[in-house]
Amino acid sequence: MKVVILGCGRLGSHLARRFDREGHDVSVIDRTSESFARLGTDFRGTMILGTGIDEDVMRRAGIENADAFVAVTAGDNTNAMAAQIAKLIFKVPRVIARFNDPVHEDTYHTLGLMETISPTIMGSNAIHGIVTGKFAAKEDKG
Amino acid sequence: MYIIIIGGGKVGYYLSKTLLNQEHELLIIERDKRKCEALTAELGGVVQRGDGTDSLVMEEAGMARADLVVAVTGDDEDNLMICQMAKKKFGVKRAIGRINNPKNEHIFRILGIDSTVSVTDLILAQIEREIPAHSLVHLLTLREAGATFIEAQVPADSPIIGKPLRELKIPDNCVIPLVIRKGKGIIPYGETQLLAGDEVIAVTTLDQEGTLEQIFAGLSAKNK
Repeated sequence: MKVVILGCGRLGSHLARRFDREGHDVSVIDRTSESFARLGTDFRGTMILGTGIDEDVMRRAGIENADAFVAVTAGDNTNAMAAQIAKLIFKVPRVIARFNDPVHEDTYHTLGLMETISPTIMGSNAIHGIVTGKFAAKEDKG
Repeated sequence: MYIIIIGGGKVGYYLSKTLLNQEHELLIIERDKRKCEALTAELGGVVQRGDGTDSLVMEEAGMARADLVVAVTGDDEDNLMICQMAKKKFGVKRAIGRINNPKNEHIFRILGIDSTVSVTDLILAQIEREIPAHSLVHLLTLREAGATFIEAQVPADSPIIGKPLRELKIPDNCVIPLVIRKGKGIIPYGETQLLAGDEVIAVTTLDQEGTLEQIFAGLSAKNK
């Protein structure tokens, strides 16, 4: 599987290493070269320096043949725009974007163009589950 | 009309100033503290400090009752997020987004942002206004004789339509020997009226070419 990951922060780099270990073809895009240090020395994937809302940069990362595109920068706005470019221009089959603002997540989830992940809500649900001693059976979207 | 402007830079500032003069209810959202202070000093209490892409800030600004949202920050991804949130989440009828990078123009179009403002587009529009779409075509220029044969098409919106040729103030050193209307040649005289789409053939000295061009572009009529 060819996976393109935008954002080489803690989440992006963790995900990249994981896919790489599993034998997938991984490209990681980030706008600062220092971020790639998080990938470690044994990373076999491709590192692309540039902004993730630039079609040329995405092409260099191999987006045209990608099976999945993951937008996990710290910025919701960048993730939203990059994910839409991946879906609508490059027709990537699976597109996942991360949103810190739950309302952003809800909006783009409703749009139906991409799969959305909100670490805020996931974290809240997990912690709520631990504190109350039960798994969060009903996820509180708010 | 309630208008929310996001981004208090130069574009946001001048836009707000103009719209306030037109007595609209207005709110500017700006992230930077110093810019907010400067805007408040200049324009009064119409500034809200915050990240205009943050849903809480949008809610506080009363986006749901806004008639128009204008996103003019320096970042295209922010402007896109603002327009999409305004329309999809808050049901705002009209959202206008500024495009900073011309490469993003077609992306915005594909992503369904109906109104965008791109500096590139504006300059292009201006060029089209300055250079008439139907400018003169040079058929033959006789440099030594100092004369040229030109052809001009009468634009559909030209102010010269329906006027007799003698009223067009055609300079002395120009002659219009032929008008081609729907493919047929007409030898015109002073009372001949031009119609939209007519192709006018003129013979002129080189120094009068500009005057003739202005007449056919309707510019001389506007300038009067």
